[in-house]
Amino acid sequence: MRLTPRFLLSAASLAALPGRALAAGMPQLDFKNPLLQGQVVWGALIFIGFYIILSRSALPKVEQVIKARVTRIQNDLDLARAAKKAADQARQELMDARQKAMDHAHANILTIQEAAKAATEAQLSATVQRLEAEIRESELNIRLAHDKANESLSEIASDTASSLLLQVIGRDGKEAVQKAVKRVQHQEV
Amino acid sequence: MANESKIDALGQFELHPILGSVGETLRLSQSPLFMLIAVGLVLAFLYFGMRPSAVVPGRLQAAAEMSYEFIRDLAVGTIGEKGTIFFPFIFALFFFILSGNYLGLLPFSFTFTSHIAVTLAMALTVFIMAILVSLRYQGIGFVKHFMPEGAPVTLAPILIPIEILSYLSRPVSLSIRLFANMVAGHVLLEVFASFTIMLAGLGVIGHVLAVAPVAINIALTALELLVGLLQAYVFAILTCIYLREAVAH
Repeated sequence: MRLTPRFLLSAASLAALPGRALAAGMPQLDFKNPLLQGQVVWGALIFIGFYIILSRSALPKVEQVIKARVTRIQNDLDLARAAKKAADQARQELMDARQKAMDHAHANILTIQEAAKAATEAQLSATVQRLEAEIRESELNIRLAHDKANESLSEIASDTASSLLLQVIGRDGKEAVQKAVKRVQHQEV
Repeated sequence: MANESKIDALGQFELHPILGSVGETLRLSQSPLFMLIAVGLVLAFLYFGMRPSAVVPGRLQAAAEMSYEFIRDLAVGTIGEKGTIFFPFIFALFFFILSGNYLGLLPFSFTFTSHIAVTLAMALTVFIMAILVSLRYQGIGFVKHFMPEGAPVTLAPILIPIEILSYLSRPVSLSIRLFANMVAGHVLLEVFASFTIMLAGLGVIGHVLAVAPVAINIALTALELLVGLLQAYVFAILTCIYLREAVAH
């Protein structure tokens, strides 16, 4: 036991007490007192009872609650980890599917573009061919129309010239006019 | 307790029979009664604290769990893995002393830890238990610890008696430490409380001066709260240290 200031102070206060208290002595040291002996026996019984109740009932209950909490927290953490893992996996699968879909879409776009290009080219080629045929046909028609017009031209010119001559000189001179028109036509050709 | 000129600071430690003749026959005093109350309070604290068994604990349950974990850490941290075996005993010892110390601070109560017979009984229990545990784990070889390792053999006749004396003084120091602290605190409280009553009888000046012992007593009560906890902790940790030595090879 250390002689602390607190203990010295209490010892001093004890020493300052008037005679009766000290003369009577400390009740704790009256070992002949049956109550003091009984106190030890009762104390031992109470302490043993306390220990038994604590070790058999009270403390295991506290331990059970704490363990249940730890187990539950651990289970929740495991569930959370599993959920995170599943979410990560799902995200990865989503990303993979997205990438795959993008690749597929890109390939489809390329295919469609090529098909459209081929179709456009074919259509263009057909259109060109059709236009060329139409041009050829139109040129032929023009030539035919031109030839036909040329054929009618001598007759119209002869008739017109004859009419003019008839009105100017009083006779048509049809044969001379026809010959002159033919001569001019031959010169132009 | 106190009359006009005398202070009976030790009267508070006297034992009185309770329950009349039955108490006298069974040697029942107020001390076992307060032991029962203390034990009942601790058990009620644990029972009502743990009754909800909630995953998210309330205040009382948190306090009960903290008490459990505090003593468990103390026992396992000091003794080692085998500390779990002694944990209920350390828990019982700590809370028996703590509740006894704190219960004694209430007016008209009794501090059973201020009786050397009680503290010595507890200290001897710890001492005998430590010897039995030493024999269980180390056999008779535990007596080798009375000769410090590396010490010259020629010093054995001096060292061994000193070590044995030091070992035997453990229950004495353990019991007197708690007993003396409790007695000192309660004597001081009684003395200063008596000063207040004495000064109050001196008239107006006395009334003014009587404030000082009251203030001192308030401070002493705060100190006693600390000392009560500290002494219970010291008793428990020393028990753990003795048991650690006992289980160590």
